[in-house]
Amino acid sequence: MSTSKSSEHSHSHSHWSDMELRVKTLESLLVEKGYVDPKALDVIVETYETKVGPRNGAMVVAKAWSDPDYLERLRQDTTAAIAELGFIGRQGEHMRIVENQPGVHNMVVCTLCSCYPWSVLGLPPVWYKSAPYRSRAVSEPRAVLSEFGLELGEDTKIAVWDSTAEMRYLVIPQRPVDTDNWDETRLAELVTRDSMIGTGLPLSASEISA
Amino acid sequence: MSAPNLKELPGFPGNEEGPVFSEPWEAQAFALTVAMHEKGLFEWADWAQTLGAVIAADKSGRSYYELWLEALETLITENSVLGTEEVSARKTAWREAVQRTPHGQPIVLAGSSGQQ
Repeated sequence: MSTSKSSEHSHSHSHWSDMELRVKTLESLLVEKGYVDPKALDVIVETYETKVGPRNGAMVVAKAWSDPDYLERLRQDTTAAIAELGFIGRQGEHMRIVENQPGVHNMVVCTLCSCYPWSVLGLPPVWYKSAPYRSRAVSEPRAVLSEFGLELGEDTKIAVWDSTAEMRYLVIPQRPVDTDNWDETRLAELVTRDSMIGTGLPLSASEISA
Repeated sequence: MSAPNLKELPGFPGNEEGPVFSEPWEAQAFALTVAMHEKGLFEWADWAQTLGAVIAADKSGRSYYELWLEALETLITENSVLGTEEVSARKTAWREAVQRTPHGQPIVLAGSSGQQ
């Protein structure tokens, strides 16, 4: 198994905004006192995040699939190429694409910090921030992917990218087969959030053409 | 379980599919509110009224969810779900936890069972 990992954390400590502190304060107290079930919170967020995810990243991936010039610009300067589509991250948010290829699968991890490129990917799933996901994604990515229902052959290498405050990654999955004549809007429907984190694959053509 | 009527809320940012959030904490604040309502801690009409009052009183042009969070804090302490002192102490504890946690490590409160 080949696992590459980049981890350059140049910030000395973590950072939360005042709003993040206040929400975390209420949440932790309400959960401790049994007023709120953390699982219920997860369900509510997951219910809504499927609707509110900006889907910006899906448009980026669909364009990368169908426009070789755009893909090249993404490779040269991901942040600028994403901004071309009108999607601007927070200041200092640099993005880089990592491309899946036959025999190479990329996945992205981060921890509780604000390392998730939510302006592109929407809200992070609850499990993404969990300590077990992060540590195990690095130490045994194949097992973690298997638990997500993604079975990769032993001949497929898994590259794990550690997202930081300075560099966030966007996985460009492989374009599904039988989508040759599809336009970008239709292609974008195939791109799931998990496929852009690397814990899943895009939908297949038959899954949405029905 | 009655789904909360989001249309009762003044100025609610959303589209035909539901709410629109611009940052993850906004979704967390939203989820906390919905979960508390589902738990029967307050009536949705009371929530709408509290939120409306906070929005009406705002003179500094804060964002919708900043006002939402303030309204939630107000309703929680007014209904004595939580005390103001414990809220303030907990916020200090989280701030200290964030400051002593290196970037990339899970943030946990001192003395919490989840500490690593």
